[in-house]
Amino acid sequence: MRAEKVREAAYRMRHHALNMGEAQGQGYVGQALGAADMLAAVYADQLRYRADDPHWAERDRFLLSTGHYAIGLYAALAEAGIVDVAELDSYGSDGSRLPMSGMASYTPGMEISGGSLGHGLTVAVGMALGLRHQGSSARVINFLSDGELDEGSTWEAAMGASHHGLGNLIAMVDINALQADGPTVGVLRTEPVADKWTACGWHAQRVDGNNVDALLNAFDNVRSEPVGVPSVILCDTRVGRGVPLLENREKAHFMRIDADEWQICREQLTAGHEGALV
Amino acid sequence: MTSVAPLKTSAMIASFADPGQKTTPAPFGHALVQAARADERIVGMTADLGKYTDMHIFAREFPDRFFQMGMAEQLLFGAAAGMAETGLVPFASTYSVFATRRAYDFICLDIAEPNLNVNVVGGLPGLTTGYGPSHQATEDIAIFRGMPNLTIVDPCDSVDIEQAVPQLAEHPGPTYLRLLRGNVPTVLDEYDYRFELGKAKVLRDGADVVLISSGLMTMRALQAAEQLSAHHVDVAVVHAPTIKPFDAETVLAQVDSDRLVLTCENHTVVGGLFETVASAAVRRGIVKQITPIGLPDEFLAAGALPTLHDRYGLSTTQIVTTVLAQL
Repeated sequence: MRAEKVREAAYRMRHHALNMGEAQGQGYVGQALGAADMLAAVYADQLRYRADDPHWAERDRFLLSTGHYAIGLYAALAEAGIVDVAELDSYGSDGSRLPMSGMASYTPGMEISGGSLGHGLTVAVGMALGLRHQGSSARVINFLSDGELDEGSTWEAAMGASHHGLGNLIAMVDINALQADGPTVGVLRTEPVADKWTACGWHAQRVDGNNVDALLNAFDNVRSEPVGVPSVILCDTRVGRGVPLLENREKAHFMRIDADEWQICREQLTAGHEGALV
Repeated sequence: MTSVAPLKTSAMIASFADPGQKTTPAPFGHALVQAARADERIVGMTADLGKYTDMHIFAREFPDRFFQMGMAEQLLFGAAAGMAETGLVPFASTYSVFATRRAYDFICLDIAEPNLNVNVVGGLPGLTTGYGPSHQATEDIAIFRGMPNLTIVDPCDSVDIEQAVPQLAEHPGPTYLRLLRGNVPTVLDEYDYRFELGKAKVLRDGADVVLISSGLMTMRALQAAEQLSAHHVDVAVVHAPTIKPFDAETVLAQVDSDRLVLTCENHTVVGGLFETVASAAVRRGIVKQITPIGLPDEFLAAGALPTLHDRYGLSTTQIVTTVLAQL
């Protein structure tokens, strides 16, 4: 039943992402579709929060390092009841609380300003240390991308988290194998990814990031405790997941979708979801 | 003819105290301990330079409130931001060169943009080591002045540091302290002076010359003023330890006169106190020649600190010479 709840949330979030993309005429829709299952697992199953009190002191912290994935997080915040669904139409518009790159000062439920990559895990380490220091049982979950593994600061933070025994810290890496200049393998080779995290002292699991059962199983394997071993869930995902038209399009960091294609995307998403239900 | 043996480059952190001068040991470390006793939000962090930034005093007193982040400055300041997000008040120390040059993006976006109460403590500001450009933060103020929300403090001595620390902790936004560590000269106790964040103070009046100074150069300016009185030159000294936000009111009241005006800073003449004073004057429509005493716009040599201060114009003798040449 948990998995069903997460799958339904992910389905609605993908629709939100397509609607936001259409309203703006562009956006990081491919990433939002690819990461929807990861974000749904977090918001519909894992995260402890109060929708009516985003600053509740005992909340788990979800840190989005990859500011451009904000479209995906806005969909999750709508699904979580922190942002109204109707507000999603303002994505990327002047005066909106939902800018193209996620920023804490704009959006309720947004813990940090991402965008300059390689920051999120360093801040997450401090939050996890600070929460533990003050006796909180809240967890910190940092969402990062495989492109962010290029940044040296990510590895400073990986070593620091392990050194300080941050068992209250979970990293989720979206491995979509794509970065701004092209496929990750050609930009800067990051594999073997799991070995690197393990070598830094982390408990590492690698799963199909578009398989909800696998994601929930991975979370169940995480032993969250104030003093322990930090955990990373490495999630192989597919850009554009759930919409065959986009899954099969030439992969691009910033995916171009023509005006007449949005409806086709929605129909494919719905058909795929209903097919999966049968 | 007698030859004088050249001075040797001393330890990385050379003392700039004059022989026999009154000093106070580790004023920052002791002040932080003092502040932390009154405010349990305060925590200490460092990037493998605790012993060299007097943070070890705090670590010894509060081992549970001290966090060693390793030689990883990006992590140091990102994590300091994360700690502040949970309600703590971190003082995070490293050398100024690493804070400014290496961790700028993290201080800027994770600390200054969300306006968090993180206190960046930078050792070896300006020319306070003979180790050469890798350790001489000659342009730290220039780098940090453009960062919105960041308060910049350049203390003169142990009195300034002791009084500044609790005010930095109390200030809700981020701060940068140009740390003086080890046996730090104690100078301002001789004057009717209190450190006030954001305020400049006139330490002495003078009819002929105005020296506007910050940091350790205030100590030198006061010494120069004494020596110049022997030349029958009456020198005022204005100490401006808060570089940003700048107390233009107090400083410009002194600039706007018939007296000779000079600025004195332990920093390159680009982007520091001199340009802060000059731009404030121009904004007020004050047309006035202001002469900078500061480090040249170049990478500096290695060597013994007294030699270097003399070569680059920061020594008391050089200040006296520069003032006399201007009169």
